[in-house]
Amino acid sequence: MTTQKRIRPFDLVINLLLGALALITLYPFYNVLILSFSNITAISKHTPYMWFWAWDLEGYRTIVNDPYFFSSLGNTLFVTVVGTTVNMLLSVAGAYVLSKKRLPGRGFLLTLVVIPMLFSGGMIPTYLVMKDYKLIDSIWSMILPYAVSSYYVIIMKNYFRSISPSLEEAAVIDGANDITVLLKVILPISLPFTMTFFLFYAVERWNEWWNAYLYISERRLYPLQIYLREVLINMNNQLSLMAQIKSGKKIPAESVQMATIIITALPILCVYPFVQKYFVKGVMIGSIKE
Amino acid sequence: MEARALKPRTSRPAWLRQVWNCRLLYLMIIPLIVWYVMFCYVPMAGLYLAFEDFSYKGGIWGSKWVGLANFEAILTDSEFLRAFRNTLIFSFGKLLLQFPAAIILALALNEIRQPRLKKIYQTVFTFPHFISWVVMAGILKNMFASNGVINQLLTVAGMETVSPLLSMSGFRPFIWLSNIWKEVGWDTIIYMAALAGIDPGLYEAAEIDGANRWRKIWHITLPGIRSTILIMLILEIGRVMTTGASFDQVFNLYSPPIYEVSDTIDTYIYRTSFNGTKDFGYTTAVGLFKSVLGVLMMLGANKLVTACGEDGLF
Repeated sequence: MTTQKRIRPFDLVINLLLGALALITLYPFYNVLILSFSNITAISKHTPYMWFWAWDLEGYRTIVNDPYFFSSLGNTLFVTVVGTTVNMLLSVAGAYVLSKKRLPGRGFLLTLVVIPMLFSGGMIPTYLVMKDYKLIDSIWSMILPYAVSSYYVIIMKNYFRSISPSLEEAAVIDGANDITVLLKVILPISLPFTMTFFLFYAVERWNEWWNAYLYISERRLYPLQIYLREVLINMNNQLSLMAQIKSGKKIPAESVQMATIIITALPILCVYPFVQKYFVKGVMIGSIKE
Repeated sequence: MEARALKPRTSRPAWLRQVWNCRLLYLMIIPLIVWYVMFCYVPMAGLYLAFEDFSYKGGIWGSKWVGLANFEAILTDSEFLRAFRNTLIFSFGKLLLQFPAAIILALALNEIRQPRLKKIYQTVFTFPHFISWVVMAGILKNMFASNGVINQLLTVAGMETVSPLLSMSGFRPFIWLSNIWKEVGWDTIIYMAALAGIDPGLYEAAEIDGANRWRKIWHITLPGIRSTILIMLILEIGRVMTTGASFDQVFNLYSPPIYEVSDTIDTYIYRTSFNGTKDFGYTTAVGLFKSVLGVLMMLGANKLVTACGEDGLF
């Protein structure tokens, strides 16, 4: 902090307020972390818990010993990796094409992309159509319904339009076609930009639960979010009971649940602080009106 | 592909030549178009179901046509009317609380003069946005459980314990506040972008004129982000019927004892369709009614804003 600038009471008040808000925002996550490492003694003795009174890994061990945990982790990884790839392939190619003013029928195609932002078939028609496509109880039901986000396509299109056409013209003179222009000229210079949308899509795929909830009933196909939901609602007692029988110790259902929460949110917790600027950039670009 | 049949040197129409020149572009956009047709427009066509009495044998296209009967039934369905009322209450509560909260938070962040500190605050406030409501519901249910940290603190302080998740009077404020906790930081980003675009020269000039901080906020900052506020307002009004109270949030937090105050249109559609109480045709009609009303509200808000001489969405 600068010493030469005098600190006015206003600054002090605003920092106190925002600081308090920041603590309120973060405390619930801290609370989860404490609970995930706690055991029966810690939970019964030290209340309310503001500090780590135990470093017990039993909660995590219980989850890791559950075979369904690994199948759901695998499913979520598959959905995130394949889903984000599909997202990016469709969106980047589509946005690039839509950015070309010389394309006959561009207006029609744009309308095709924009209408679903305002209006959709809704839950039941979509469900029945998914059923017709034989996607019920298929892992693709977590990937295909969200393969494109109109909103991101429009933002990307606006960005591609802002890239100087002279770059493209130079490449075309050198004999490049539209596909090589996109791959060799446009993509390399817009990498930080497309990165933003890669991250948006990746987070959405990782957090995906609703399509899985609607379309998937087989437990071996559950993603992590649905597995967590089960642990939180139904199975927690069953799981900790099984672990108790195995280890002979009493394991609080709470620490099993909280351990699952930590595992489910972990990738986002770890990556988020480093990529936050990309997310902010994404919104800022999106806010510029055409 | 017809273009290929034509010889390159013949004088075909200019537009056709243009189409042929763009053939690779069309090739690149085919997957996107196929996706939109299969996953957006076919389901949209499936709204046909709203005018049918659904049977599994007939499916969307072969069930019995009943005209507007489903829509007539909607208006006398008390459970739907309850869900409709709850949706509006959730949405307008959000509009009254979270919408201004985001603007106020953005203004407060804008007053922080150390860029590093501002960045830390922003990072903290936007973080919960990236955590799913499944996880958030788990955290909130645990915190507000009878033996959770909130009630333990209240007990220590000698106050009465609370259970907002099962309380008729407490559930709605709980939804509003928890959504503010999760999303308000994210909502501010768009205003921060607008604030960054205000000419710093205006502030300097105002300072020379002796304006204090409040006057600067009132006369420069707020007018500077007015158009952004209005656009966000239109979008928010367009969401009143759907995610005004986010479906994920309500679905993961509500429970049968408090359906009276918590059931929304979307949760109603889901529940009654899949537990077999309502016909798919009927719930499709409810969904259609909801989206049409949503679009109309957005267009209305847009019209109102443009009528006042401001920039709307279109």
